[in-house]
Amino acid sequence: MTLRRRLSDALYLRPVFLLLLLLIPPLLWLGIVYLGSLFNLMLYSFYSLNDFTGQVEYRLSLTAFQQLFSSPANVDIVLRTTLMALVVTLACAAIGFPIAYYITFYTRGSTRTFWYLMVLLPLWSSYLVKVYAWRLILAGEGVVSWFFNQLGLGGMLQGILSAPVIGGSSLSNSYLGMFLVFTYIWLPYMILPIIAALERVPRSLIQASADLGARPAQTFRKVIWPLVVPGVAAGSIFTFSLTLGDYIIPQVVGQPGFFIGQMVYVQQGTAGNLPLAAAFSVVPVVIIAVYLLVVRRLGAFNAL
Amino acid sequence: MSSAVRLIQLSCHFGSVRAVDRVDLEIYPGEFFSMLGPSGSGKTTCLRLIGGFEQPTSGQILLFGEDASRLPPYARDVNTVFQDYALFPHMNVRDNVAYALMVRGVPRVERYRRVEEMLELVKLAGLGDRRPGQLSGGQRQRVALARALINRPRLLLLDEPLGALDLKLREEMQIELKALQRQLGITFVYVTHDQGEALSMSDRVAVFNHGRIEQLDNPKQLYEHPRTEFVARFVGSANVLEGGLLGLPEGKFALRPERIRVLPGLQNGANSLLGTLLDIHYLGSQTRYEVQVGAERLTAVGPSEELGLKVGDAVTLRWESHALRPLQGVS
Repeated sequence: MTLRRRLSDALYLRPVFLLLLLLIPPLLWLGIVYLGSLFNLMLYSFYSLNDFTGQVEYRLSLTAFQQLFSSPANVDIVLRTTLMALVVTLACAAIGFPIAYYITFYTRGSTRTFWYLMVLLPLWSSYLVKVYAWRLILAGEGVVSWFFNQLGLGGMLQGILSAPVIGGSSLSNSYLGMFLVFTYIWLPYMILPIIAALERVPRSLIQASADLGARPAQTFRKVIWPLVVPGVAAGSIFTFSLTLGDYIIPQVVGQPGFFIGQMVYVQQGTAGNLPLAAAFSVVPVVIIAVYLLVVRRLGAFNAL
Repeated sequence: MSSAVRLIQLSCHFGSVRAVDRVDLEIYPGEFFSMLGPSGSGKTTCLRLIGGFEQPTSGQILLFGEDASRLPPYARDVNTVFQDYALFPHMNVRDNVAYALMVRGVPRVERYRRVEEMLELVKLAGLGDRRPGQLSGGQRQRVALARALINRPRLLLLDEPLGALDLKLREEMQIELKALQRQLGITFVYVTHDQGEALSMSDRVAVFNHGRIEQLDNPKQLYEHPRTEFVARFVGSANVLEGGLLGLPEGKFALRPERIRVLPGLQNGANSLLGTLLDIHYLGSQTRYEVQVGAERLTAVGPSEELGLKVGDAVTLRWESHALRPLQGVS
């Protein structure tokens, strides 16, 4: 028997080996390149920077974390980013749910396909193009401003912009603007899991609920919503973690205050403080780990 | 006698498809009424119209004397047992059964007391804490039944509830359902494609075909005196003969296989046909004979006895004159 034949027989008789053969290359990549580099980064957070020499000291210590949490400015950064992530998640859920509901229950056939496309279309264009486009739209000389002025509501826009914290010199330079862009960009990631969850609710359940005397609002509260919560939770994983780590939108459409992502970028770049940058990277990992634990209880993992 | 359900010239069209086509029927209070027919005959759509899950294109639905055509399901005194049971997967059995009471604001103690009563009635006592996913098909079916009955509706709709059960369980449930209906006195409207089921359980049966009712009668009348060829073939099996073949006036006649006796050889006489034996099927207590008569192929069924027949023999088919039923066209 030829070698090839022997090999193919052996693989047929022991499917496990075939499986291993198929899995080992991607697992190697996952293990070494991806997980390995992540681990390396986290390891750096336990090193420290020698202020005198500007070199990284390869000794385990907690100085990087101390540096992070002792400075109120740094703590501000973490809080600011987390708050934005939460607010964006809530907004995406609030806007995405009605859209998903409408698509699932009130469209069919080609109309439905059309709406799917409309939800997915933004994902086909470049992230940077979208962000810069929004910057132009929100700018003081941009469309939104012009629109408000046309309606004679220029004063109202100024009023909103002069609000503390969320306001700024213009929409494209404020947390409000940032919030709008974040919500826009991540909306499809919220809508799609919700549609999937809603589609999985058998229509007969909704009919049974009505048959047993429940009015539409009751049917929603008691039957539809409990079955859809996992989908909303799954969508929220995307919006939360994506916002938490983003460093481009705060830069392009933002206030001077840094977000975690920007801090990491700056620290590992110009400041050359790799340990601090690494420490800043560990923070969102921990936050998201906690978030995932919470969201797992809601069944999000079953709805992904 | 006032009626429980009255359908007046009821139609339901889906685009160009006439699922229900000008149906008139009346269901009496306290009766076990079945709607029988093949898939796509309109029986399920009719049921859903009564339940309020479809809107009629034209015609009226009267429930206990009142026009319910535009009422949503939650406003009708009707409950339904769905084909897939439609149990709420995120609630346990107790909460499933109590649902109708919960949405009406019945206090919890009272709710759970009535749930226990219902579970006793459908022989599921003690399973209140289980989830639907942990139950067998037969158990789920009973939960669906309990859930639909707890609010004591005046009308219960059942959409092929026994379809997913195996034969033994199905037969058991048929007996139980019939007993339950008698005990509770509720009007049951039962949809099925199984004519044996419809005949054994119902007080009256409506046979549907292409959105219309071809015959509405009690089981005995339906079987003994089918009105159309479709009914003759669908309820039981039948040989349909042209009048001309028998020297009778124009028209079709139905002859049930069990009414035909097979006699060896060619024998003259009234109510007979001569033919050639095509096939013999031994079924145990009965034997089925297939006979070629002219261009027709007839079936006769009789008790298994030694007739000394073999395939290819000449045989005579004979029947009692009253066994031949005249058929009408569809009205």
